[in-house]
Amino acid sequence: MLQVGLTHFLVVSAILFSLGVYGIVTRKNAVMVLMGIELVLNAANINFVAFSRFSGFGLGGQMTALFVIVLAAAEAAIALAIVLNIYKQFTNVNIDEIDHLKD
Amino acid sequence: MANLYQSLELIKPEIALSIALIVLVTCDLIFHKDKKFIPYIALGGLLITGIFLLANSSVSGFAFIQTDLMGKIGLVAVDSFGTFFKLLVIITSILIVFFSFSSEEIQKITDRIGEYYALLLGMILGMFFLISATDLILIYLSLELMSLSSYVLAGFTKLRDRNSEAALKYLIYGSVSSGLMLFGISLLYGLTGSTNLYVINMMLQSPNANMFTLAFANILILAGIGYKISAAPFHFWTPDVYEGAPITITAYLSVASKAAGFALLIRFIKTTFVSFVDSTGNWQLIQVFDWKSVLIALSILTMTLGNFSAIWQNNIKRMLAFSSIAHAGYLMLGLVVFSNGGLLAILVYFVIYLLMNLGAFLVAMLIANKTGFEDINDYNGLGHTSPFLGIAMVIFLVSLVGLPPTAGFIGKLYLFIALVDAKMLAVAVIALLNSVVSLYYYVRVIKHMYLTAPEKETQAVKPNLHDTILVTVLVIPTLLFGIYFQPLVNWAKNSLEILGLM
Repeated sequence: MLQVGLTHFLVVSAILFSLGVYGIVTRKNAVMVLMGIELVLNAANINFVAFSRFSGFGLGGQMTALFVIVLAAAEAAIALAIVLNIYKQFTNVNIDEIDHLKD
Repeated sequence: MANLYQSLELIKPEIALSIALIVLVTCDLIFHKDKKFIPYIALGGLLITGIFLLANSSVSGFAFIQTDLMGKIGLVAVDSFGTFFKLLVIITSILIVFFSFSSEEIQKITDRIGEYYALLLGMILGMFFLISATDLILIYLSLELMSLSSYVLAGFTKLRDRNSEAALKYLIYGSVSSGLMLFGISLLYGLTGSTNLYVINMMLQSPNANMFTLAFANILILAGIGYKISAAPFHFWTPDVYEGAPITITAYLSVASKAAGFALLIRFIKTTFVSFVDSTGNWQLIQVFDWKSVLIALSILTMTLGNFSAIWQNNIKRMLAFSSIAHAGYLMLGLVVFSNGGLLAILVYFVIYLLMNLGAFLVAMLIANKTGFEDINDYNGLGHTSPFLGIAMVIFLVSLVGLPPTAGFIGKLYLFIALVDAKMLAVAVIALLNSVVSLYYYVRVIKHMYLTAPEKETQAVKPNLHDTILVTVLVIPTLLFGIYFQPLVNWAKNSLEILGLM
């Protein structure tokens, strides 16, 4: 029976982080970019919880993960409000097209 | 419990600020009809916070001490370095409230004015904790508190498309970099087993961590901080946000938010990566990550990119945005020497930067209020039609270049002295050449104001009493500190203490 250890969690979080960064870089829709950011935050959360569980650092990491979850929710609320505002003015949320500020 | 009371004693300014925020939000909810008095609540709260700060200025110690960490280090370090930066933030905030009184853009929003000041106070609270935080989690939380408020403020007026666009760009760049920073923090936590900077420092003194992972974590954290101070590879948001945001918020971001970012960067590096400070005031870095080379490269890149991009700009806000990127580069030079002399130079430079940068933005705002111009080509002949603002702008711009007899010269002088003391002549020469480049785009504005004849009759901008006083308040110290700078230097010299373990 395969024992699930710290390395497995770290690999999952590394994959999530890479997917998140990939999404941020390639997606044009603002909402998709924000989802990429959520993936990065969750990758960090997995790290915190895994380190705290397997390395005997106490419960600090688990607590941190809770803070980050709350913060991610707050950030998503503000981000969606701003994106909604953009949609009202430009009738799309494509970041490449919203580029009126230029030199 | 005694511990808790001691902690609360130490964070009195933050408590005053929180109470002001609650009072302001409550009043905003209760009084629907007349909201004219709301700004005065914010102003009163800021003044009281400032008084508590001054009363606290000689106090130092840790608040919220964690019992499991030898019982002497805590989450928040109150020291003279932090108080210095908090005073800078408070002074900037008070000035910004007065700027908002004379800003057309802000005065147009009468029904949401309570939210504007509530967000501003929330942002200041975030900065205060950011300046003092010695725990990575508190650093991340306060960074987000500050960022979330500023995203909304950047698009607050919604008068034009560009406000929303600025908010979106700020939001996306900001949340990406803070997400990267959080991932870096999680790796650092895994490598050292703690989020407290002092414990991390102790763990790094006897390193058995994976150097590659440590370097990766450091670079990710630097991305988060570099975004706040708009250092070079993380600066892409700066010109767009500065151009699109309401001009009061632009001025605020360029000074206060940068001050908090710099305080964070200095405290993070000093407490985490410096093993001891020797008798001559040089900081000895722990040999785990080459911060010196990284920061030298970043600062040279930042100022060169900022200065050379500023040359091509026609919008005054965009030009000042690139100029503020360049100034972030100069300020980082004070850090790369890793000595108390360098820190002194940063503190002196920051006070002067506050005065001259806010001044330049104020004059640009007053001109834009009356004429609607933000384009440098439209400034033709303004020096003749509105002599007072013209002369004030010349003083601020000359100070931004760093020419005597203005205060900007003293700031640059201290930076170069620190560089020469550390025998980093090549870097000093590059910085000097950069200043020469910056002369071109600052003087270009002066040339348009005085030497280019306007194509059509330009409207005279006559500032009212309130604006005249505000400009004078910024002009006088900009000139005075150029000649009589001893009190400023003494104040900075007394503010070098960053709480360490010993």
